Amino acid sequence: MNPTSHNFKANAAVALDDKQLQAALGNLKGGLVANRARAKAALPEFEALREVAKEIKNHTIANLDLYLETYEKNARAAGAHVHFAETAADARDIILKICRDVDAKIVTKGKSMVSEEIGLNAHLEAAGGIEVVETDLGEYLVQIRHETPSHIIAPAIHLTQAQVEQDFRRLHTHLPKDRVLTQPEQLVDEARKILRQKFMTADVGITGANFLIAETGSSIIVTNEGNGDLTQSLAKTHVVITSIEKLVPTLEDVSTILRLLARSATGQEISTYTTFSTGGRRPGDPDGPINYHVVILDNGRTDLIGTEFQEVLRCIRCGACMNHCPVYSAIGGHAYGWVYPGPIGSVLTPALIGVKEAGNLPNASTFCGKCADVCPMKIPLPKLMRHWREAEFDAGDVPAGYKAGLKAWAYFARRPRLYHLAARLGIPVLSLFNRRGRFAHLPFAGGWTKHRDLPAPQGRTFQQLWADHQAGAR
Amino acid sequence: MPASTARPSVGLFVTCLVDLMRPSIGFAAVKLIEASGCDVHVPASQTCCGQPAYNSGDKADAAAIARVTIAAFEAFDYVVAPSGSCAGMIKGHYPGLFKGDPAWAKRATLLAAKTYELISFLVDVRGMTKVDADLKIRATYHDSCSGLRELGVKDQPRALLRTVRGLELVEMEDNEVCCGFGGTFSIKYPDISNAMVQKKTDAAGAVKPDLLLAGDLGCLMNMAGKLKRQGSTIQVRHVAEVLAGEMSAPAIADRK
Repeated sequence: MNPTSHNFKANAAVALDDKQLQAALGNLKGGLVANRARAKAALPEFEALREVAKEIKNHTIANLDLYLETYEKNARAAGAHVHFAETAADARDIILKICRDVDAKIVTKGKSMVSEEIGLNAHLEAAGGIEVVETDLGEYLVQIRHETPSHIIAPAIHLTQAQVEQDFRRLHTHLPKDRVLTQPEQLVDEARKILRQKFMTADVGITGANFLIAETGSSIIVTNEGNGDLTQSLAKTHVVITSIEKLVPTLEDVSTILRLLARSATGQEISTYTTFSTGGRRPGDPDGPINYHVVILDNGRTDLIGTEFQEVLRCIRCGACMNHCPVYSAIGGHAYGWVYPGPIGSVLTPALIGVKEAGNLPNASTFCGKCADVCPMKIPLPKLMRHWREAEFDAGDVPAGYKAGLKAWAYFARRPRLYHLAARLGIPVLSLFNRRGRFAHLPFAGGWTKHRDLPAPQGRTFQQLWADHQAGAR
Repeated sequence: MPASTARPSVGLFVTCLVDLMRPSIGFAAVKLIEASGCDVHVPASQTCCGQPAYNSGDKADAAAIARVTIAAFEAFDYVVAPSGSCAGMIKGHYPGLFKGDPAWAKRATLLAAKTYELISFLVDVRGMTKVDADLKIRATYHDSCSGLRELGVKDQPRALLRTVRGLELVEMEDNEVCCGFGGTFSIKYPDISNAMVQKKTDAAGAVKPDLLLAGDLGCLMNMAGKLKRQGSTIQVRHVAEVLAGEMSAPAIADRK
């Protein structure tokens, strides 16, 4: 997808004015946020688990070459075809070739953010003439609206139930017009009936992977709707598209991280389905895919290893950071302008598509710290956002006016005498215009006074008053 | 200045906002620190903690400003700031500014170890359990982000507020959610900042307080500015003003 992250401010303004979106975002707090809080409170070792999980991933990333080799060897031994894709284009080509080799007409898909990252659907449709059907309900809704996911685990969180009903009536015209679609269950039923047909006729099923296990050569998907399992087991060919940092060394390690994943994501103790795939159908197996491919994408991730951004590779894509982010809660996911929204997107997007395109994202944070607080993998997201700001500043990509103001201020702040002289002169001048204790308009403060008054200074600086106070006390 | 007398020496890091905008918070802080049994000093060679530079990616200026602060304060037993944000900057971020400069890194680390946010200093370090103040008012308290999440300031202000005679403390919903200030964020992304502060003033308004309190002037100016724009009568003050019984200055953004 073409990023619009450079348009972040305009995107955000649109989002703030979108009443439907605002209504949908209002559901975050009572849903995912409250559920996570309950799940965390019910697990006394939650904090200890975070520390263990962090160490597992740190160890894996530090030894990534070793674990990738081990994974590849064990996956191949189990019958998997393992492909490494350095770029998004490589991954698209590999998957298109797999589809062509089996003469695929219909492809079903489970939820995969990596497939969004590489723009897979559009490529299979345009270059391959293949019908691609998203089978995760949220992804299906987004697909039929020609949108992109606005959240990494709840792709249609920007939609209200009423919008979904409208879309279904608009598109599913073969169904009775007088059918009742007022309950969520009725909407799910209708989607399920339509998708069931696609599962039965699909030639290839594509899923993501939440984890790859080096020890066993397995891939894992974590889902709630069962669509991922139908996608990967009913088609003759199953393609897993995932990225290198999903590796973990052992089954034991995965078991630890799984205890954090669902709790952090949806507040469930464990997701409804946690499915392990180790190779394709073996002799004697009643079902399962005949061909099992795993495409492992790099797309710039290994470049992060050894840099200050390495810690972002611990991410397990639970979405907790965005659920709890006051900025995400205000504007939703689309405003971020690319695949990964919220705090994790503000760190990952500049790494994947460049800080020139995505520089707004790490800047659009108050550094409130909530994201790092809830991240199950203890990724210091505000710190990493600050590193992007440093990279931007060092590259000279900061707006000239802002930089000049900053530099002028810093010139004074480094020189206390001069600073206090300027303050002693400036504050009383500003106070001359103070009639009501606040300013509704002020030159150079339009960003502030557009939406709120600026409290006026009391009149003299503390340093002045303190000097008087000390003189009087002597 | 003797370090081992019965009354420890405290360097008051006034913060640039308090210095420029609201000195009454500084005097309230002095009164409280003295009441906790310390001597207060206010170095004239302090300016700002450097966050505007640090959070804008300007590491060189942030480090230069940090050197000014370190030099001004390292002689005291403690450094105390009426702000979780500025204290958090010194405590949590100064040492990291001097990678590759061991001498300054050491000085930064030593300073960080003795730096505190005002209210947590009073309660956690000085063992203060009550204040001598009367104020018949219904108040609610906003947890500013840096104090809460970087320094663990949560119960300390509430514990002291409960000892203010006549004060009724009510909790608003989402008191731990950011008010949308975020320093330069409020000017760079005014529309998003506005959406956030509006949620905050809505939450505050819902519990019908006379007074909204917090421990950081940036957040307070943001919330007060929004409340005034909305025509609200809720007054806004720094928690130190109430705890010190220093209520003579008009509330933030008020004239009288």
